[in-house]
Amino acid sequence: MSTADSPIAAGRGLCSCHVCQLVSRSTGTSRGQYCPRCGARLHLRRPGSVQRCWALVIASYILYIPANTLVMMETGSLISYRKDTIVSGVVHLWRTGSWMIAVIVFVASVAIPLLKLFSLTLLLISVQRKSTWHPQQRTRLYRLVEAVGRWSMLDIYVVTLLAALVQLGSLAIVKAGPAAIAFGAVVVLTMLATMEFDPRLIWDPLQKEEFHD
Amino acid sequence: MTDRTAQLIACHECDLLQRDIQLNPGCYASCRRCGAVLYRNATDSVDRTLAYTLAACMVFLGANLFPIFAIEVQGDRSAITLFGAVLSLWDQGMRSVSTLVLITAILIPALELASLTYLLLPLKLGKVPPRYPLFMRTLQCIEPWGMVEVLMLGLLVSLVKLTNNFRVIPGMALWSFAVLTLLLAAAATAFNARDVWAQLDAKRRDLESR
Ligand SMILES: [Zn+2]
Ligand SMILES: [Zn+2]
Repeated sequence: MSTADSPIAAGRGLCSCHVCQLVSRSTGTSRGQYCPRCGARLHLRRPGSVQRCWALVIASYILYIPANTLVMMETGSLISYRKDTIVSGVVHLWRTGSWMIAVIVFVASVAIPLLKLFSLTLLLISVQRKSTWHPQQRTRLYRLVEAVGRWSMLDIYVVTLLAALVQLGSLAIVKAGPAAIAFGAVVVLTMLATMEFDPRLIWDPLQKEEFHD
Repeated sequence: MTDRTAQLIACHECDLLQRDIQLNPGCYASCRRCGAVLYRNATDSVDRTLAYTLAACMVFLGANLFPIFAIEVQGDRSAITLFGAVLSLWDQGMRSVSTLVLITAILIPALELASLTYLLLPLKLGKVPPRYPLFMRTLQCIEPWGMVEVLMLGLLVSLVKLTNNFRVIPGMALWSFAVLTLLLAAAATAFNARDVWAQLDAKRRDLESR
């Protein structure tokens, strides 16, 4: 038996609870069915998943621009004063010899948010076109996006700690810049977008059976 | 109705229906189509999760009460706790960012530890905590937002950045956070939601039939 012909829950009128995983029979009516075990709302597929995910992804793309162009951190002392964006902060770290930290910050703050946004865009387009292209790889990509998401909070924590600690008046200052707000919003929105995406949609085009939510 | 579908599980990633089979302890079943982990057999999961959780609760207090690190500039010393850092960011007008840090680094881990204790301690003592589905749901929905391990890396990065310009004195909370990161990871690995649901449901049926 090839896996493409295997029964999926939705095709049999069964619905699996996204909280407690209990499989129960779907009544077929679109409104108001709750899980008999945990009381969570049941859906064959998360309603409006693709549209909401698109909205969050597009908002994140827009906010990604101020997050990277505005000032993330201002540092000043008696001898020097600088305003850093995320990227210039990474370059500064690299120049001053903290290569390891530069790489960590670059991966967490620049590479991961971009990887997340591109991956979600790819997943959304492929799902909308009902593509049957490498579902297993796309599911893996989704798992990866889910797993790395929170690491982009790294810079926010660093800015918070430094800004709080270095407050010795004229000797030294560290201040969080406006990019921190945009960047925090990107982290939250991309995480929400990842949660909104329903990975079961990747597999649905492989199914011959029809079902309606 | 529930009985007939009880042995069926639907993969949460691709919706493939599969049959629940008995596993050897320590093994896990994965979806034969997409490879997602369906369930594990961790027979002592409640005991182990509870042990890690209770230890983490104590370390969590230490991590939040003591200063993380201090710097010294010309004899002036300033030290911060995590909550102090959140307050200071709030005072600088970065309220949204300050709230985000408060939620992801303090509130969510606290809520996670509290919920786990609330669910597992009575279960261990042979009781059923009231309104347990609510707490199981809370646990599941806050899980992605707890970021103690990211915070830990953030502490290390800050430490390196600071040592370039200042004399840094590491505080108790720094070590506490390191231990907390390990304990939370251990608790998350040991925790088996499927098993806890099954045990809670069985206990409740037991009490109701008596
Ligand atoms: Zn449920
Ligand atoms: Zn699967």
